[in-house]
Amino acid sequence: MTEQTPRPVELKVENLDLSFGGVKALDSLSFEVVRGQIMGIIGPNGAGKTSTLNCINGFYRAQHGEIYFQDKRITRLRPDSIAKLGISRTFQNIQLYTGLNVVDNLMAARHFLFKSTWVEGALYYGRTHREEVEHRWAVEHIIDFLELERWRKSVVGTLPYGIRKRIDLGRALAQEPKLLLLDEPMAGMNVEEKEDMARFILDVQEEKGITIVLIEHDMGVVMDITDKIVVLDFGRKIAEGPPDVVNKDPVVIKAYLGEQAASPV
Amino acid sequence: MMPSGVFNTRPQQDMAIVRTRAQWLLLAAALIFLVTLGLYLPQEWVVWLIMVGIYTVAALGIHIMTGLCGQFSMGQAAFMALGAYTTAFLAGSHGWSPWLTLPLSGLVAGLGGLVFGIPALRIKGFYLVLTTIAAQFVIMWAIRQPDWLGETYGLDVPAISIGGAALKDAQFWWLTLGVAAVMLFLAKNIQRTATGRKFVAVRDNDLAAEVMGINLFRTKLLAFFIGCFFAGIAGWLWAHHLLRINPDLFTFSLSLWFLAMIIIGGMGSTAGVVMGAGVIMLVDKLVPRLSPVLADAFPSLGYQIPAALSLILFALVVILFILIEPKGLYHRLQRIKLYYRLNPFSY
Repeated sequence: MTEQTPRPVELKVENLDLSFGGVKALDSLSFEVVRGQIMGIIGPNGAGKTSTLNCINGFYRAQHGEIYFQDKRITRLRPDSIAKLGISRTFQNIQLYTGLNVVDNLMAARHFLFKSTWVEGALYYGRTHREEVEHRWAVEHIIDFLELERWRKSVVGTLPYGIRKRIDLGRALAQEPKLLLLDEPMAGMNVEEKEDMARFILDVQEEKGITIVLIEHDMGVVMDITDKIVVLDFGRKIAEGPPDVVNKDPVVIKAYLGEQAASPV
Repeated sequence: MMPSGVFNTRPQQDMAIVRTRAQWLLLAAALIFLVTLGLYLPQEWVVWLIMVGIYTVAALGIHIMTGLCGQFSMGQAAFMALGAYTTAFLAGSHGWSPWLTLPLSGLVAGLGGLVFGIPALRIKGFYLVLTTIAAQFVIMWAIRQPDWLGETYGLDVPAISIGGAALKDAQFWWLTLGVAAVMLFLAKNIQRTATGRKFVAVRDNDLAAEVMGINLFRTKLLAFFIGCFFAGIAGWLWAHHLLRINPDLFTFSLSLWFLAMIIIGGMGSTAGVVMGAGVIMLVDKLVPRLSPVLADAFPSLGYQIPAALSLILFALVVILFILIEPKGLYHRLQRIKLYYRLNPFSY
């Protein structure tokens, strides 16, 4: 995607340091994500990709460095406050509410968009009913968008892996985010499921205009759908740029794809 | 699954508790039946119905705390005691109107629940169970202190009177039925709206719930508050039913009974709570009749074993349910309904 006019920066990470005891998970990591882009984070196992996402949504506290979301500093905020600002995520190993059905999983994600209090809810009085209906329609549109109609009323604990991955994406979308963090959305999928998921991710970007940060191991997918890639190794950024540039970077090829892959793929 | 020919075309239909005209008629018929029971049943069984109603309300509190939010509480009887003593103190000793102490009993128990819910922020599972057991004993110990409430042993509670006349058992059953119906409605509404979904989110996956923006601490505390509020209301009913309360009523084993009720009824369904309360109370009612018969039939057993039969049978019922029907009675009822809707086609 070529840029005509410079678009505003949606997410800015500056000099992030994170260590667990003596292990440095992130080492002065900095990058920027432009609004409306899909940015990929790649790197070998243990490079700090998931830690980066955990820092962005407040699950981990970085020891140093700052994170700005739409020019607002979010470094010290709690996860629930960050979610309310419009950052939502999916998980590497699916973390759904297994006892609820698909509709309720998505409805539960929208909890902070409800204005009625629990007392109004208990009495089912006032705006409760109107809100329930309103949000139910929004959830139905997302179900429609992700082609989950068949499983609408199924308890998610009973559904197959690929579907649950899609529900996880749906739950993140149900929060109406401005920035979506996807942690290996295609891990463990077959080619068809990967193609479906890639199509959904591109649709999310194009139709809803949501900025996406994506962690993925499948290099083919990452090269195809991202606008920019950040490569991590041992918590440090070793390369950054458009896919076709990163692809040819000898440092990246050595660190990530291995010595043997140094010849063009 | 919906009856044949009934389809949801709008979310409003899907959300309604009562969906079809037939269900409305059944609900009305059931209510009328329950009301008239008070007129025809012998007094002994009316009292039994009152106890089922009271225990249903308390078990609904456990249903919200444990069934929905996953926070095990084994101190529900103590929170009932908080509600009961609130009304005994205010309505009995200070002459307040019992109608005023009804919400106050709930509030006091709810606030007590908040205090003992605070550890839930840090601990879960078995450790939380232990702190709620502690709640049971700390609260009952505090209530037994003579210098607080005047008397260690028992407080008189005034009878509720409407239009000058004190309520008789049948009328008290109607009052219990009304309160229980309202509490059921509230519990069902909590379950089907945003608050209930938050509770289940915390129960099923607290890590994801936190990342998805649910404030764990506030949600858990709210569950404790609402659950103990229900206990307080049940305590109010019990106090005004017995007219004299003492600390020995609110035992630890009663707390366990409430847990057993939601296990037998089926965790996570309000209708199941009513069924669970009914089954447990039926066991409780029938076993005392069984034990003299057994003692006569098998004199070699002596009198201790039949007397202990109630507890043994109670344990047996719970174990059988966990083994054979872990999802509870409500789930079995749904399966039976499904079978007859699909019959003779198995799909």
